[in-house]
Amino acid sequence: MKQDIFQAIADPTRRAILTLLAVQALTPNVMAEKFDMSRQAVSKHIKVLQECDLVKPEHQGREIYYHFNAKKMQEFDHWLAQFRQNWQAQFNQLDKLLSTIKEEK
Amino acid sequence: MNNNDLLFDFKVDKVAKTVYITREFNAGLDLVWDAFSRPELLDQWGAPAPMRAKTKYMDFKVGGRRFYAMVSPDGQERWSVQEFTSITPKTNFKMYNTFADKDENRELPGSDWDYNFSEQDGITKVYIVIYNESFERLEKLLEGFKIGFTMTLKNLEELLVKLS
Repeated sequence: MKQDIFQAIADPTRRAILTLLAVQALTPNVMAEKFDMSRQAVSKHIKVLQECDLVKPEHQGREIYYHFNAKKMQEFDHWLAQFRQNWQAQFNQLDKLLSTIKEEK
Repeated sequence: MNNNDLLFDFKVDKVAKTVYITREFNAGLDLVWDAFSRPELLDQWGAPAPMRAKTKYMDFKVGGRRFYAMVSPDGQERWSVQEFTSITPKTNFKMYNTFADKDENRELPGSDWDYNFSEQDGITKVYIVIYNESFERLEKLLEGFKIGFTMTLKNLEELLVKLS
């Protein structure tokens, strides 16, 4: 992954693009219209989202439709869940340590 | 009080790149503060099993450092440096955490950690805010844990083979 996913979703325009794509796949032209932005500006955002795998392109004739990659978002949430579990595991160890120390006193 | 009734809250603000952790412990403030600030205690709980924490040195004062490793069951070490930026005894301490190599060369950028402690009726609440932990850094952190966990499964498999 070339892009930090946090950076990708920290930008409000990119979040709006993702929200839009979660409903339906769109071409960059349609996105540019919807956001009242230049085609170039949309392409830049799409590039960032594509680099961290949050959107996937699909060629249909001469047009490129971009899809929201829900699986990537899930993976990301999964990572965070693991992070949470690690903390919980450590804290459970600390519970044991604290009760051992308390008993010794 | 049953340990299962102790509060554990974990929130992530993806946009602000901030993780918020709240946890209650069934022990007094003095003891919990020590468990977070004394290396001989930290090393007994500061890594999720089967990983273990190993502190090379710790100088718990403002500007001081803790240089420590997460060690996996097969002996792989992942070193980090914590630099203490502010300490208010038994109330709060802040640190800047970075990965490092075994010679203490830091891999910037790191993340800011803010620990808050308060006691009520013999229960101590610890509130931790971790700022700017990028997804890559999280991934790196978890990679170490995964290595440890995979090793344990492998050891278990070998043991089962021996026993069967």
